[in-house]
Amino acid sequence: MHGFANPKRFLGLARWLTPLLLALGLLLTGIALFWGMTSVPPDRLMGETVRILFIHVPTAWLGMGGWSAIAISSLVFLVWRHPLAAIAARAAAVPGMVFTVICLVTGSIWGRPTWGTWWVWDGRLTSMLVLAFLYMAYIALAQAADREGVSARIPAIFGLLGAINIPIINRSVVWWNSLHQPPSITMGKSAIDGVFLQPLLLAVLGFSLIFGGVVLARMRALLADIQAEARLRRRAMEAD
Amino acid sequence: MKAKHQRLVLIALALAALVGAGLLAAYALRNQASYFYLPEQMAANPPEPGQAVRLGGMVEPGSLETLPDGVTVTFAVTGREDSRIPVRFAGILPDLFVEGSGVVAEGRLGADGTFVADNLLAKHDENYVPRELEGMSEHQAAEMAEETTVGLE
Repeated sequence: MHGFANPKRFLGLARWLTPLLLALGLLLTGIALFWGMTSVPPDRLMGETVRILFIHVPTAWLGMGGWSAIAISSLVFLVWRHPLAAIAARAAAVPGMVFTVICLVTGSIWGRPTWGTWWVWDGRLTSMLVLAFLYMAYIALAQAADREGVSARIPAIFGLLGAINIPIINRSVVWWNSLHQPPSITMGKSAIDGVFLQPLLLAVLGFSLIFGGVVLARMRALLADIQAEARLRRRAMEAD
Repeated sequence: MKAKHQRLVLIALALAALVGAGLLAAYALRNQASYFYLPEQMAANPPEPGQAVRLGGMVEPGSLETLPDGVTVTFAVTGREDSRIPVRFAGILPDLFVEGSGVVAEGRLGADGTFVADNLLAKHDENYVPRELEGMSEHQAAEMAEETTVGLE
């Protein structure tokens, strides 16, 4: 782990891993969505609307996974002071927020024909909306810390605090009566029929690879920013 | 103790406190944060008549009736335990509204114990089943489900 914390070695790895993850992710997601749109039969109750599942579920999981990544990276940064961990946390925020918003929008589109409403304030929907707001706050805070020269510890602490929302989202449909259905996929069991489950799992894999690729690309960009800034500073010093 | 370990212990303590606070808050919110009453909750602890509340549960099979005016329907909502609340609703039913399926009714509990709904939301359960499997006997469906979920367990 300490080996990859070295930015040089990390960049060497990320240089070829980034395009690989992105290309493979786009390919698998494309196959999964094409499969889901064309050769999956309609659901017994929802009909064609069931196809939203193949975008909604992967983006929901990755929206939550993104914040888990922020929390773990923040912990590593706070305890071991690895600068790369702070960069990883910042890099996961934008794709995490985008996936959370896609999840909210597709869920809303699914809810109108299925439930008969675009939005309700039940536990699951509300806690997911809170996650989107947490992402926005985190991105603003990380940017402010970067620009104003405030310690990167402040967004890291916020990243850890916000993690309390993740188990709440996960348990919201179990703890409280909610309009959102309880989890279909739990450890080793699925209430989703195989014809829907197979393209769904493929879509989860594809979206995850895209997520990983975007995070690596963002980390490279952030590292390049830091390098450029350091070089400019050095040049300004030499000119004095 | 190294500074690194101090930080680790400090953060572990802070996280434990945070999780504890979150669990306490979730426990305290268990009634307020629920989106609807179950029939047994409504029977045990009825809301004020006229207060806007939601009632959620199963539409009892065989209870759905359309009144002579053609737009008003009555049905019963059942919960996990042996409880049922009669519901009256005038309006267009959601597409997914069927007997034996989940429903959330928004409205008020009348003085006679009938729930008068202004709006109905269909509740979808966690099962996703293609239409082809629908007419099958339970045995056939179980067999087919077993075949298609091989390797998951």
